[in-house]
Amino acid sequence: MKMRLDEQTIALRAAKEFEDGMVINLGYGMPALCANFIPEDRTVFFQSENGILGYGSLGSDEEKDYELINASDQPVTPLPGMCFFDSAASFDMIRGGHIDLVILGAYQVSEKGDLANWGRPGRPATGMGGAMDLATGSKKLMVMMLHTTKEGNPRIVRQCSFPLTAKNCVSKIFTDLTVIDVAKQGLVLREVAPGWTVAEVQALTEPKLILAEDLKEIEL
Amino acid sequence: MWRRGRRKRRQTLKGHIFSLVRKFGERAACGGEDETMSVNKIFPSCDDAVADIFNGATIMIGGFGSFGGLPINLIVALAKQGAKELTIIANQGGLGFELSKRTKSHGYQDIGILYEKSQVNKFIGSVPALGGMPPTSPIETFHAEGKVEIEVVPQGTLAERIRAGAGGLGGFYTPTGVGTPVELGKEKKVINGREYLLELPLTADFALIKAHKADTLGNLVYRGTARCFNPIMAMAAKITIVEVDQLVQPGALDPEAVVTPHLYVSRIVEVPR
Repeated sequence: MKMRLDEQTIALRAAKEFEDGMVINLGYGMPALCANFIPEDRTVFFQSENGILGYGSLGSDEEKDYELINASDQPVTPLPGMCFFDSAASFDMIRGGHIDLVILGAYQVSEKGDLANWGRPGRPATGMGGAMDLATGSKKLMVMMLHTTKEGNPRIVRQCSFPLTAKNCVSKIFTDLTVIDVAKQGLVLREVAPGWTVAEVQALTEPKLILAEDLKEIEL
Repeated sequence: MWRRGRRKRRQTLKGHIFSLVRKFGERAACGGEDETMSVNKIFPSCDDAVADIFNGATIMIGGFGSFGGLPINLIVALAKQGAKELTIIANQGGLGFELSKRTKSHGYQDIGILYEKSQVNKFIGSVPALGGMPPTSPIETFHAEGKVEIEVVPQGTLAERIRAGAGGLGGFYTPTGVGTPVELGKEKKVINGREYLLELPLTADFALIKAHKADTLGNLVYRGTARCFNPIMAMAAKITIVEVDQLVQPGALDPEAVVTPHLYVSRIVEVPR
């Protein structure tokens, strides 16, 4: 059956990249969902820009504690060993390369791994929040996004037309259709959503995709 | 002679402080009762604490996102007080009262109400407006109408510019923003083979911040993620006004746990939750 992955399923797939002991920052929106899908055999530590390290899964809105939130304004659950710090200290961690993995949302990613995820043409008042620092300072940056715009246009493009967050920063892309590695030689298609052919996915992707030798259906 | 002269000056200063204290005679007795205290920092209400904020002032406002760590009662008092042509430095532009009614039944007061009351000329922050469609944040409309100027700053750069201002530095070089619209007009420097941008310090006339507890001297502790921008803003303003859940006596806070040392704090208002 031909299907597009929903947000929860993309988050489930992305969270499989979590390695034991990693310090991870999850970006605004879709990436924040990954906090609910930590693989069972692994322990990771979530860091958030607003000054928290070591929170658990997302909390419920009914018992929302406005003084225990992530950077997406969502309540999170406390864990033993959790700690708090101010915004400047938080960005020392982020900018200084102390975060192992960052997962961000995106409007566009280019074939060179350029990221555009904060501004739209004609919207000068929207801001980048912590995204530029995260994209600049993380050891590894992955992106979670829908493969196309609402109008069906590619979001994975030769060159970003939206304002950039940072250049050459993305290493892996998870979409509702694919898992793609950003490599030196170009974009490598590793996994495809159930029921989709390579030709169909390529038609919705601007740069030419290189097929991985072990190209397979998205594994959950 | 010299000694006597110095004592005299000190007495004059003391007299000046007493006259200031008399000026705020209606202030809560909590700090005033303690004879060891040279200055009473305790104000009876948020309205009193923001009364002298002047037109054209630059104000840092703590907090993160729509809820966490915002000095809501001080913001509401500033909206009531009505000072205009303000420059606001804050992480986010806020939702405003009308929009927040959609997410909370009684609406929620945040920085957005200051634009709605036409008190703001300029906003400096990392998320002036939310990026969703259609546009919803009040500042976006006012910006489009040319009423509010906006300076968008990456969040880490914002935090560090505030810390630089607080610590008396002339600025710093950051890799954040290289190759993006943020680099426009900024000095670029290659250090150890990597490109950096020069960013300049931020300071303010006033900082409005939220803490969990203060002692009457002004030592502060925070709660959870409500800490965020509050401690660094407290350090970067001429006059720092803090709203706290609870006011305690000196000695009641663990000195090892104090986050903001009291010398940064000018005014304290207790707003019990």
